[in-house]
Amino acid sequence: MSSSECAIRQFDIVGDSVLRPDAPSKLTGQARYVNDLSFPGMLHAAVTRSTMAKAKIKRIDTSRAKAMPGVHAVLTWEDVPSDNCIPLVSCDLPLLAKDQVDYYGEGIALVAAETVEQAQAAARAVVVEYEELSPVLTIEEGFAQEWFLTQFHLDEDGVDEEFANPDNLITEDTYITGYQEHAYLETNGALVMPDNYGGYIAFSSMQCPFYVQKGVAHILSVDYQKVRAVQTVTGGGFGGKEDAPSTPACMAAVLCYHTQRPVKLILSREEDFDSMSKRHPSKVVFKSAVDRKTGLIKAVDVLHLINCGAYLTLSSIVMWRGFLHAVGPYKVPCARVHSYGVGTNTVPNGAFRGFGQPQVCFVDETHWNQVAEKLRIDPLEFRRRNMLHVGDTTVNGQYLEESVGLEQILDKVEAEIEYDKWKDRPQDTGRYRQGVGISLAYYGVSLGANGGALNNGSCNVVIAADGSVVIGVGTVEMGQGMITVLSQIAAETLKCPLDRINFISAETGMVPEGGPTVASRTTMITGRAVVEACANLRRRLDEFQGERCLEWNELVRACWVAGVQLSEAGWVVAPKCHFDAKTGKGSSYPVYTWCANAAKVTVDTYTGEVHLDKFVSGNEVGKVINPSLCEGQAQGGALQGIGYTLYEDMQIRNGRILNNNLSTYIIPTAMDVPDIVPVFAEEPYSWGPYGAKGFGETPMVPAAPAISQAVYKAIGVRFTELPLTPEKVWKALHTGENHG
Amino acid sequence: MDKNYRLQFTLNGRPTEAMIDPSARLLDVLREDFGLTGTKEGCGKGECGACTVFMDGKAVDSCLVMAIQAQGHNIITIEGMAAEGRLDSVQEMLLQEGSVQCGYCIPGMVMSARALLNRNPDPTLDEVKYAMSGNLCRCTGYHKIFKAVLRAAKIEREAKGNNGHQR
Repeated sequence: MSSSECAIRQFDIVGDSVLRPDAPSKLTGQARYVNDLSFPGMLHAAVTRSTMAKAKIKRIDTSRAKAMPGVHAVLTWEDVPSDNCIPLVSCDLPLLAKDQVDYYGEGIALVAAETVEQAQAAARAVVVEYEELSPVLTIEEGFAQEWFLTQFHLDEDGVDEEFANPDNLITEDTYITGYQEHAYLETNGALVMPDNYGGYIAFSSMQCPFYVQKGVAHILSVDYQKVRAVQTVTGGGFGGKEDAPSTPACMAAVLCYHTQRPVKLILSREEDFDSMSKRHPSKVVFKSAVDRKTGLIKAVDVLHLINCGAYLTLSSIVMWRGFLHAVGPYKVPCARVHSYGVGTNTVPNGAFRGFGQPQVCFVDETHWNQVAEKLRIDPLEFRRRNMLHVGDTTVNGQYLEESVGLEQILDKVEAEIEYDKWKDRPQDTGRYRQGVGISLAYYGVSLGANGGALNNGSCNVVIAADGSVVIGVGTVEMGQGMITVLSQIAAETLKCPLDRINFISAETGMVPEGGPTVASRTTMITGRAVVEACANLRRRLDEFQGERCLEWNELVRACWVAGVQLSEAGWVVAPKCHFDAKTGKGSSYPVYTWCANAAKVTVDTYTGEVHLDKFVSGNEVGKVINPSLCEGQAQGGALQGIGYTLYEDMQIRNGRILNNNLSTYIIPTAMDVPDIVPVFAEEPYSWGPYGAKGFGETPMVPAAPAISQAVYKAIGVRFTELPLTPEKVWKALHTGENHG
Repeated sequence: MDKNYRLQFTLNGRPTEAMIDPSARLLDVLREDFGLTGTKEGCGKGECGACTVFMDGKAVDSCLVMAIQAQGHNIITIEGMAAEGRLDSVQEMLLQEGSVQCGYCIPGMVMSARALLNRNPDPTLDEVKYAMSGNLCRCTGYHKIFKAVLRAAKIEREAKGNNGHQR
């Protein structure tokens, strides 16, 4: 081969639906999740939890539990070798309740015993005497008492003038959304054991190894690098393994500290429901002024409340994202948005796919449909007049320089659902009635201006003498396909065969802090770090190669013999963003992903059931690195959004979750899934690896308003509250009420 | 809670014997006494199907079966599916179709799909949906799982056809 032939050799692995390297071990049962690990001398943990929403703790008696067979330790807050707080955004969440409990399910005592049964029996034998206090249980009570854990405000001039202008149509409504449980198939859990050097190894099912490292180090009062947080194969996250895993890991760590034995804590499904994070319920009052003649949005005034639960955990950043996306992907010249994170005596809510956006998307999209109807404009026409393009500015003042594919994806989705056939169709009569609805959304990729140092990316790439490559990163594979996508990016950049790329599970000691696996940031930011490292390596290989044209294995072997450094660390700082909390404005995110969803439904007016005939998940994600994986994200995310809209109805009484198992909290089954058609558009992002932006979360965001609009078109009832259970639909049909 | 019950059964094709706790679930005995951790616990209530195994060829939730009920019976777990390291056609198609995400539901999915194809080599999409409805998945939206099962069925039918055995 001549050198010119050598130079044009193309791999073109990016853009291909290559198979997942992590699939075979998952298919044969060989993949090791945290509960599949055990070590000699290992103890099993159990937790005594609060049975009150709010109460003073008068006495904790562990004496009987300590005397039970097999029990090695029974610990309370007094035994925690630190300030007993788990560090997240702030350090407000206690590991174990001290003199008061603030939510049902809060941890009070920890037990380590030789078997799971012994540990659970001892946990039940811990006596807790309470003096019940009056809890704050609803968002309304918390708001009335001004129990605000966080707030953001955007308050521009001119809003009141627009609302007073008689040329404008004024529309106002109140919208309510419920809880959502992640329902990852693998519950949260951790295994912590002493290492050989006076430190600890924390195995955990998690999205954020560096959170768990810092959590365990803080709770044990040791250096960060005395703790190695090692990710085990993770059975689903969806945000539920962002903040939440720090709690079981810290619990196991305190037991390990006192017993100096490996300790494993696996939450039962009920404990996971009771004590782990969920999607925040919300209540939003949304008011708009729209020019009657042009149909252009002139102003909005939004009061945005989310229920944080009893502690802040991540609520401030969840709410920030909702605050920034509250009006939808439209040009809004002036706005007032007041966001409050309201405290209640319920389990703390946290990260969940979409991160505060599915709530506000349901609100803004439902609202704009109401406005379009009053204006006698088709809802898509209303959107086309107001939607964002390159060169526009978002409501919070971000100028959009590039990669805005909203109109492109709307066109594709509109065609796929054959909207023309449906838009002017008269409403059905009879038992079964059909309708079609479309919704739009945008999603600021990565942590943006509020992420700071957490938004950086890292990797470590090492080539062995035989040409095989191993890559370590600080973000994790949790099913979303990170390993596959990063392998493609690495092989493409190194110009090596894909099957030479290997990954090791994320662990903290391997790379500098590369941020959490959240905010749809992994492909874009960790991927960019992989490009940087691999490009540097390839440059070094090319310099050594010169005019020769060696095949990959020969080239690496020759470099190794010659002493060329065959390793490289990749480090990227995310593109600069800024946000001014005083004005509520800034260029908050590096770039946005753009989405359009469409739903076609049949409503059974006898039973109130909403049957989805077809669902289109349209996403403009920049370069599609792996089409098959993107389809999987679109279909899975859409179904999670469908569950949120139609089925998932968490019942809470007196602060206690009544349906705390998968048999009573209903997620979609194989029988419930409609035909979900994934559709993509590509507007490459110049900073992203091969033009890619982020993806995982966006399919979840706009599902609900597309479905509720389709229901409206079918039966003429507009729902302003989620979920749309058959009971609510039936009631609305028979009484005209739309608030359930 | 003493291990004072002698369990004799066939496990993944081999006659097997062990002293077990008579109050234990089959799921726990498989995972803890035999180290077969491929079978997963998702809910402990027979709802999610992650713990699905074969009992005499039928798919059962091993969290709802007492281990002593396996006495004298034939149990196959996910570890017994890939004979001599070769993936079963259901496993192979789940790989090829990109059906696997987090993987926690997958061992149960493989067992339920295999049970379906054993009793119905030519299922319709609706029959696949019905057969898989006891296995929850929170990642994939199920589509790629259905596609893989239908493709595995087709491949197996064609292989049989080639051997001269028409359906």
